[in-house]
Amino acid sequence: MTGYFIQAFIYLCAAVIAVPIAKRLGLGSVLGYLIAGVVIGPLTGLVGSETVTIQHFAEFGVVMMLFLVGLELDPRMLWGMRNKLIGLGGLQVTLSSLLIMAVCIMLGLSCSVSLAIGMVLSLSSTAIVLQTFQEKGLAKTEGGKSAFSVLLFQDIAVIPMLAFIPLLAMSELGGVGNAAVDDHQGTNDLVSHLPGWLYGLVVLGSIAVVIVGGHFLSRPLFRFIADTGLREMFTATALMLVIGISALMSLVGLSPALGTFLAGVVLANSEFRHELETDIEPFKGILLGLFFITVGASINFDLVASNAGIIFFAVFAIMIVKGLVLFLLARLFKVRRNDGWLLTLSLAQAGEFGFVLLSFTVQNNVIPQDVANILSPVVAITMFLTPILFIVFDKLVLKFYQAEEAEQPAEAIDEQGSVIIAGIGRFGQIVNRLLVANEIPTVVLDHSATVIDRVSRVNIKSWYGDASRPDLLHTAGIEDAKLLVVAIDDPVRALDMVRHVKEFHPHVSILARAFDRGHGYDLTHAGADIVVSETYYSALELGGEALKVLDVHPFKVEQMKAAYNKVEQESRQEICQEWHEGEADNRFTKSYLDLFLEIEKRLVSAIKRNRQDGHDTSGSGWTPPPKHYLDDFE
Amino acid sequence: MTQKVLILFAHPAQDQSEVNRPMFNTAFGIDGVTCIDLYARYPNHDIDVAAEQTRLRQHDVVIFLFPFYWYSTPAILKDWMDLVLEYNFAYGKQGTALKNKVLLPVISAGGEEKAYQEDGYNHFSLRELLRPLEQTANLCRMNFIAPFVIFGSRTAVEDHRLNDHLARWQQLLEALVEDRVDFEKAKQLEHLDTDFNGILL
Repeated sequence: MTGYFIQAFIYLCAAVIAVPIAKRLGLGSVLGYLIAGVVIGPLTGLVGSETVTIQHFAEFGVVMMLFLVGLELDPRMLWGMRNKLIGLGGLQVTLSSLLIMAVCIMLGLSCSVSLAIGMVLSLSSTAIVLQTFQEKGLAKTEGGKSAFSVLLFQDIAVIPMLAFIPLLAMSELGGVGNAAVDDHQGTNDLVSHLPGWLYGLVVLGSIAVVIVGGHFLSRPLFRFIADTGLREMFTATALMLVIGISALMSLVGLSPALGTFLAGVVLANSEFRHELETDIEPFKGILLGLFFITVGASINFDLVASNAGIIFFAVFAIMIVKGLVLFLLARLFKVRRNDGWLLTLSLAQAGEFGFVLLSFTVQNNVIPQDVANILSPVVAITMFLTPILFIVFDKLVLKFYQAEEAEQPAEAIDEQGSVIIAGIGRFGQIVNRLLVANEIPTVVLDHSATVIDRVSRVNIKSWYGDASRPDLLHTAGIEDAKLLVVAIDDPVRALDMVRHVKEFHPHVSILARAFDRGHGYDLTHAGADIVVSETYYSALELGGEALKVLDVHPFKVEQMKAAYNKVEQESRQEICQEWHEGEADNRFTKSYLDLFLEIEKRLVSAIKRNRQDGHDTSGSGWTPPPKHYLDDFE
Repeated sequence: MTQKVLILFAHPAQDQSEVNRPMFNTAFGIDGVTCIDLYARYPNHDIDVAAEQTRLRQHDVVIFLFPFYWYSTPAILKDWMDLVLEYNFAYGKQGTALKNKVLLPVISAGGEEKAYQEDGYNHFSLRELLRPLEQTANLCRMNFIAPFVIFGSRTAVEDHRLNDHLARWQQLLEALVEDRVDFEKAKQLEHLDTDFNGILL
């Protein structure tokens, strides 16, 4: 036990030191983790042989990441991407594989080994690239979307590769390859002995379980859990789901990453999506970080040093070949300018699936062990270089195009800043309907599964979750939002939310609903841009109706309401200030009450103003000139 | 001597505006011109009379920019006049606040110019139809000058007439600011385009 603690402490300590420094230096967190790994592994030798085991465990971070990616993509979006996915992704994998294979053949390796190496190295690092995109806000750009299509295709392509590699097995390396199974799940494999047709059936069945289960069973399950109100149960359920799918996929010999991705897509339209994202996100972050550390730690410096020439040639060749292919494809698919460069630079490395395939090929006697020993650090080093390419993109490419763009007329904003509505109860839903009727996209959050269910019956799409959680606001897209409407019932949480958003996302305008006067003052003080008391306008409206019943002329009533409102708005800042000068436990100080009475007087005089006969010079209305004014014109 | 120009813009459906909105936007960039969108400022017609009167005192030229609605101004401009041009502010014994200031209506009219003639379907000229405005100005002892008009405004964009109009509008505003408009001549015209270059000094 002690040993584990010490190991865990070393890993975490390295991350805690290296990552913030790397981020501060503008290198990005991935490079930070990689450096941390190099320091604790090959440099100081604090950790050693267990890195490979930990790496397998940490690969689960990739699985979680693909689940999250799936959650972001609903099936319609996926269908919309199909051309890029198959065209761009397919060509990238094929061309990169063939070119790398050609280089290997030129170096004197046999055809089958060269092809296997080509396939292994054609894959890029989903983990590094998506993580970096997210950090730098590049995911929504044209280049980011294209890169994502390629990564997605690669992740899918792993399956046929796993099936194909055993066929390349060379008899002189001994034995016939195993069936198409992932290396480290081999022992639990239930299907390798099955005949082909039955195996196919089992695979299809498992995929069906994920899709049908996700579609029909997840909602009642999540509702049941949400109703308990225990947040940790929701987290547990989310983890259970991801781990369960991974287990199922491993059992039938499919990639767990692909299985959870599929589950994510199925759940993308679920109202629990944002909460799921929020719950899984930290696990993904930690595990991916661990994975990057192990990549750094597993670089064998002795091996690299003794084969320095060939390794650096390989690293160089891979990045050039892949970069070239991507650059040409960017041209072909009209991904232009800085987007084309982003595609080229971001995917020019080998990826974590490379490690998986590499050990698989060795196991199946396709690639000799000594070649694999050299390729393994090559993959790691290309991954290591990726964050540096991103820096090149930031410093050179973006700068170049920005300078050029400054001279072009501003393009129309294609994506309107979204509006987040926290709380879709009796208040929030009116706001939402008004906005949606004006074709303004809104993201609605509510913590009651019952309310969500009810509003979904009238076609209001909303997400389950506690809107006052900063991380849920993050997954709801607060970074890109223009407005936040705070309409949650809990006054204290509403206040916390306003404070948090004002501090961390000052660009977002906050419109808040206040429970009463005091709450309204507090919300204003906390930084809400516009505060409306939930009862104010309805009371004003009803008061107006009362006047009408009492035979006051309807137009006169409107004027009085306007006068009332004007005095209220004008005195608002003053009384808000006074309120905050009072003690927290006694806001109703004498000076506050005095001011309140003073405002009452202003109110009365404002309303009375128009009631005087003849011409009133103190105020203005549709006042006639005084009697006998015609004498002026004699 | 520069003149301070105030534009009071009244258009209740600006998302459909093809002429007035671009004119208002053109005016925004010009030094010495204050642009007030009345419907934006008072969406509930709850006009702040004191503020409007103060603003009037600070300007030399007042422009009403509006689409011609039923031979008159849009409702808010009428409301504005009813409320702001008070006794002893704009008229009456002590009502000299607007004295000698200039009032200029800038109008978009849907009909062709030939419709605004005795034998046209509107029977009266535009200048005649604007008599209530003209007399309002007279009572306030302001100088009412002939309107600056675009006729056939519904097809101005398709007919490529708008850019010309906007250019002259800008020219007119700059001349007003620089006090280069011959008001005596401008008063006599049917509308300013009948002798646009003649009124510029």
